This record gives sequence, structure tokens and C-alpha cells, in this order.
Amino acid sequence: MTKMHIKLTVNGKAEELLAEPRELLIHVLRERLNLTGAHIGCETSHCGACTVEMNGKSVKSCTVFAAQANGAEITTIEGLGSPDALHVLQRSFREHHGLQCGFCTPGMITRAHRLLQENPAPTEDEVRFGMAGNLCRCTGYQNIVKSILAAASEINAAQEAAE
Amino acid sequence: MIPAAFEYHRPVDVTSAASLLRRLGDEARVLAGGHSLIPMMKLRMAAIEHLIDLQDIDALKGISIDGDTVTIGAMVTQAELIAHEGLAKVAPILREAALQIADPQVRYMGTLGGNVANGDPGNDMPGLMQALGAAFLLTGPDGAREVAARDFYEAAYMTAREEDEILTAVRFTAPPGGYAYEKQKRKIGDYATAAAAVLIGKEGGRVAHASVAMTNLSDTPVWSPAAAKALTGTDCGPEAIRAATEAALADIDPTEDNRGPVAFKRHVAGIIITRAIQRAWSRA
Repeated sequence: MTKMHIKLTVNGKAEELLAEPRELLIHVLRERLNLTGAHIGCETSHCGACTVEMNGKSVKSCTVFAAQANGAEITTIEGLGSPDALHVLQRSFREHHGLQCGFCTPGMITRAHRLLQENPAPTEDEVRFGMAGNLCRCTGYQNIVKSILAAASEINAAQEAAE
Repeated sequence: MIPAAFEYHRPVDVTSAASLLRRLGDEARVLAGGHSLIPMMKLRMAAIEHLIDLQDIDALKGISIDGDTVTIGAMVTQAELIAHEGLAKVAPILREAALQIADPQVRYMGTLGGNVANGDPGNDMPGLMQALGAAFLLTGPDGAREVAARDFYEAAYMTAREEDEILTAVRFTAPPGGYAYEKQKRKIGDYATAAAAVLIGKEGGRVAHASVAMTNLSDTPVWSPAAAKALTGTDCGPEAIRAATEAALADIDPTEDNRGPVAFKRHVAGIIITRAIQRAWSRA
């Protein structure tokens, strides 16, 4: 089958590659671009472990063809922070015990990042509703919600202080 | 799970998409948000040689509200439906229903057009479109035509859309009065065990007009004129609601599946229909 020339901007960096149209975005990210932060969990559009941001939307990258993403701007967990300079959400998940095994965490944080872009001061209910597409089998969600609420407060406090 | 190989097309207007569809015949399918089609392709339950992605066709995007006529492009996503303030003002039942579909990630990608055109009895918008008496706009090689939502669904995944037609938009008259879309699902991301869309107009403390439809309780969405008739002219008290619920239940034909046996589905449907009528009336 003919390969397609695909251009993506991933975490601010222009990428070009050849891929079959049937290749899924998650495979291109993990196997071609070596961005293994987004995980393959259920592969059936349920669990959200593969969540990345595409053109300002949280998407399950196991349910997007690389061909559909041609021309898109993608942000993965690797684009949010680094081990030396954690994103506030990453720090908050660590401080509030928002993870145990960590498998769902990249998807959780990437999704939470978009949620806070759209709703910078969510209520607990809004966090739970907005995170409903991400499953965690360890935490019981309580500490994930706590981590996101704490990160939101921290971001908002920093912004108020700056104003 | 890797789907079988296919050729990918991304036309920029409806005419090119329609001519591709005509040329490629039944080996081709159009792709909207892909959240029904891609999982089926990954399971290899759908074999498609050519995928025609509609994402670059601007004519399929956008919501227009002209007086009380609402036209929604097929590629408008559930997230866009939810966010649209103008739509929430004239037809808030769209937002109420869309918020109950799947999860946030799926709502960013899933479209109204895909939801209504797919013909999956589990999709929520077809039921709602029955209640609204919406029309679906289709474009094919011989031009455009309109099909009433109430005439569109023939059986599960079988619709009045011809193989070489593309559903381009949904049009309806903004419904006056109260509304409710009530849904019971086992978990986030599941389809309805039972769902109901109810619209009620009130005049002088009585039901002036009503429309009742249901989701996933038959192999097509169910519109129940008998339920509406049982409400019309009444005070929408417990007696009228009981009669309307019974009339609605007489119109469904659920089958046993992993959401439960028929008796359970009928039980859930009765509760959901009653709640939807009560809530629509409270808002009328």
C-alpha cells in the first residue's frame, strides 16, 4: 500500500515522515518519533491512556489515523514538562499522590492540561466530568481530582500574583 | 489492532467528495469523526478500500440559526454543539443530549453527521432528531435532497441514504416549550440502556403539543405519536404520564444483549420515559 507523506508539528517541532494511511497516530508517535509517553492501554477508545492534544482538542490517539493528523499540531506529555522542570500538573500529581503505577498518568495529565485551558477554575464535579474519558485502575480517582484542583489553584494564584 | 490497508482521500469540497464516492463505489466510505468507523476498522468488522475524510470541507462545518430554523453542518462535533451559546438558547436539548454522549475526548471528534448517518441504534442523536422532526440534507450525483429523520432509519445500520450520497447537514425548527433528554447508561462511554427525548409545549396549564422519542430500544430510533397523544390536552399529571409511558412502551422492541434482558430494558425504559416527561414539563 502506498505510503503517505505526513507532516506534523509535535511539541513545537516540525516532523515529516512516511506512513501508511492505516497507521494510527499513537503508533506514529511511539514508534516513529520515539515519543513513548502516551501509552497504548485498551486500544478500543475507552481508557484514555493514549490521550494527546491535537489542534487544541484532547484526542485518543489510538482512534485517529496518522493520515487524519496530517498538518496537525500535536502536544504530548513530553511537550508539557521535563524531568528537570516538571509542569505544574506533573508536580501536583507527584505531591498529591495522583498516581500509583503511572500507566494512565501521561493521558491524565495531557487531558487535565486541556481541561484547565478551557476551564481554569473548575469545581470538583467539573474535573470529574471533564476527566471522564480517562480510566485509572489504581487510585480510585480521588487523588487525581485533588492533584488537578491543586494545580488549578496554583496556576491561578501565580497568575493573580503576576497581575 | 491494526486495520486493513486502505487508500486515504481528503477532498476539500462536497462535489469532489461526492464524485470520489461515485467513482469508488461501495469500496469507499466517508470518514467524519471516525469514532464509530475506526474501531470497527480496527476490529476488521468493516473492510474499506478507500476512506474519504471530510475534515477539510468547510461547507460541512458551522451552525446557522435563522429565526427558528436551525441548520447544523454534518461535521460539527459534539463539543462544538455543546459550546455553541446561540444553539443553547434556541434548542438547549442538543447540548443536554450531546453532554451525555461518550466522554470528552470522543466528543471533540465525534460529529452530529456521523452520529445520525451511521444508523447505529445506540447513537443518541437519531432519537433526538425523531423528537424534533428534523430533516437530513443529502448530496449525491443527482444533486441534493432532503429526507425526514422520521423516514430515514430502516433497520440497524440501514438508512435511506444511498451508497453514493453524503449527509451534509441536519435542519430542524427550534422547538418551543420544555425539553429533556434522559439517558441511562451503565458507564461513561457506553451506549444507552434506554434513553428518551421529550418536547412539551404548555398553554393554560395544559399540554398544547408534545413529541416523544426513544434511543436504543429497537433496531431503529422510535418516535411515539401515541405517547404524545396521551399527553396532549392533559395537565401532565401522574395519570397522563403513566398513560404516555405505557403508550411509548408499546412502541419499543428491545432485544436482549449485554445491557440486560428484555424485561429489564422495558423497566428501565419506563423510568427514563417518565423522568423525561416530568423534566420536560417542569421546563415548559
